[in-house]
Amino acid sequence: MSGEDEKPRTTPETPGTGAGGASGPTGASNVSSAGAVAFGPQEIRRPDVSGAVAGRAREGMFGVTDSGDTSGFSGLRLPAYSPPPAERPYGGWFDEVADETTAALADDGGADFATCVQQVTVDRGEMTWYVDREHLVRLARTLRDDPALRFEFCSGVSGVDYGDGVPQQLHVVVHLLSMTYRRRLRLEVALDVADAHCPSLVEVYPTADWHERETWDMFGIVFDGHPSLTRILMPDDWNGHPQRKSYPLGGIPVEYHDAEIPPPDQRRAYT
Amino acid sequence: MTGPGNTTETRTDPYAASDPYAATSRETTEGTVYTVTGGDWDEMVDQTAGDERIVINMGPQHPSTHGVLRLVLELSGETVTDARLVIGYLHTGIEKNCEYRTWTQGVTFVTRMDYLAPLFNEAAFCLSTERLLGIDVPDRAATIRVLLMEINRIGSHLVALATGGMELGALTGMTNGFREREEVLHLLEFLTGLRMNHAFIRPGGVVQDLPTGHEERIRAFVKVMRERMPGFHKLLTGNRIWRQRLQGVGYLPLDGCLALGVTGPILRSAGLAWDLRQVDPYLGYEHYDFEVPTDTAADSFARYVLRVEEMNQSLRIIEQALERLEPGPVMVEDAKIAWPARLSIGADGMGNSLEHVRKIMGQSMESLIHHFKLVTEGFKVPPGQAYVPIESPRGELGAHLVSDGGTRPLRVHVRDPSFVNLQAAPAMSEGGMVSDVIAALASLDPVMGGCDR
Repeated sequence: MSGEDEKPRTTPETPGTGAGGASGPTGASNVSSAGAVAFGPQEIRRPDVSGAVAGRAREGMFGVTDSGDTSGFSGLRLPAYSPPPAERPYGGWFDEVADETTAALADDGGADFATCVQQVTVDRGEMTWYVDREHLVRLARTLRDDPALRFEFCSGVSGVDYGDGVPQQLHVVVHLLSMTYRRRLRLEVALDVADAHCPSLVEVYPTADWHERETWDMFGIVFDGHPSLTRILMPDDWNGHPQRKSYPLGGIPVEYHDAEIPPPDQRRAYT
Repeated sequence: MTGPGNTTETRTDPYAASDPYAATSRETTEGTVYTVTGGDWDEMVDQTAGDERIVINMGPQHPSTHGVLRLVLELSGETVTDARLVIGYLHTGIEKNCEYRTWTQGVTFVTRMDYLAPLFNEAAFCLSTERLLGIDVPDRAATIRVLLMEINRIGSHLVALATGGMELGALTGMTNGFREREEVLHLLEFLTGLRMNHAFIRPGGVVQDLPTGHEERIRAFVKVMRERMPGFHKLLTGNRIWRQRLQGVGYLPLDGCLALGVTGPILRSAGLAWDLRQVDPYLGYEHYDFEVPTDTAADSFARYVLRVEEMNQSLRIIEQALERLEPGPVMVEDAKIAWPARLSIGADGMGNSLEHVRKIMGQSMESLIHHFKLVTEGFKVPPGQAYVPIESPRGELGAHLVSDGGTRPLRVHVRDPSFVNLQAAPAMSEGGMVSDVIAALASLDPVMGGCDR
């Protein structure tokens, strides 16, 4: 697992400046250089893991990137977090939902459960299905309509940007709720930044309308099939998608010796 | 269509040939007398009598739109044929801001989202953080949270009644509602130190224990509210104008609610007793005895009645919470998470208690380092994601937090009920009158601070 996680780390450097090399001195140069190439033509690297990488690799003890790590732990390498696939039995009602979905998808005659759902993760009492986007709408419709599943309520659709350098860094997160059975399920679709397209769920869950508009507005994820995918929170003529990690942030000029408080993502931080 | 040629023959005006609508005139001994006719009025009436549509903008600075909400209404006469909502005027980027703050500082931001229910924002955020951390708060902290949230719920519902009354012209409802809300704010100020934006609920518990004398103050508050709550029924519930403005208006049946993701009093007014405090209890709500009022009318009046009844139920919960309030810690024991200082009120407001300052400045260097690191750097949260929904006054308020293992959230998303419920406004108001749009919106009770975040 750790060996696979190391690979995404080197991805942004390949098309970048090349100065970083295989053993880049700090994480900061990687992140900043990756921002420039993220939207350009680049080779789309699918993650080797079946699911998603949800986080960035860490170096050193305190996560400081600007001035070097004086703790003596600068050689410490922590691989990026990848949500582990759950093993059967998942526990509780999770197995029942998975079984019913498998059966319903089989009855349907289309792609089976293993094709639709790339990975199942059970974490902190919540089940997450990492879904192949090709099958998202069909899966959602099955989840909504099947009498044994009845996820009739969509709590929301939102996005997560795991940051440049993470393969398939953009995630669409859908929270479903079955009021009949009082269950909650999370569907997650991992997307490449260069191909940030996800099928729209509006035809299944009309409530997804504004949620998807917000996700488009904030993350630049295009929901194909959405009736009117326009900005909703930002002004119509706005450029860029503010919740992307690569979105440039403003610093604060200080009227003292031309000083400027750097943007929040460039400040010294222990994260 | 009458051609202009029919009218020009009576004109003496030399320019009449070029202007079909020019007034005719006659020379008299008194001077020139013009005869101004209806001009193009007849033609205009003919044109608008057809399928001519008028699009009007209502808001974003309109007192009846419940905040900076803009409505684009397409009207046929006074009937709304199409309603579109434009939001985003109060977008403040709180979700993005939280990504550059520690988890504790995040509370200070999310409390400003839905500014009428700040404690609910804090609670959802903290419950989600605590699920990520894998900790449970002490009983006393959970009870204090319940207590504060129910007090807050009353305040929020009072604003819903007050502003809703104002928007419909019931100004006494407005003044009464805000007078009662002032009681709520006074009490919250006494309990938390601030009237709004409390940042009182923190990951791991609450920031400090309730002040001495809280029980008397809360009981006095409950007593006052019990006396005044029937006033709303006397003033509004039986009021014929109020009923006629609200009954049958803003109708949204259950299937519409589910399809549009509507929760809260609107969903319950359609007949589904869906209250997360009972169907998915958190913070020990399963131990409280209270009713979830429902109705089947699915109109604005039903929502008004439900809100009043929910306030009564909240008073019951407050009393039970007071009974359940056992002495004990209000923050987790884990020193790696709990705020290092005990806070107290000093001459210059709330701050670190003198004993704590004495300890870190005079006795224990390690305590100082620990305090400094925890306050500036924050605590690390194991990677993963969590979605915790709670029942806010407006419906399901969910906090979806993602951590990558650092001291700051990777993503903070709040599923705000105002945002989702507003989507239902066109379904509620299309086909009705313009004035019914106001009533429907007021029954939705959107808070734009939460909607736009």
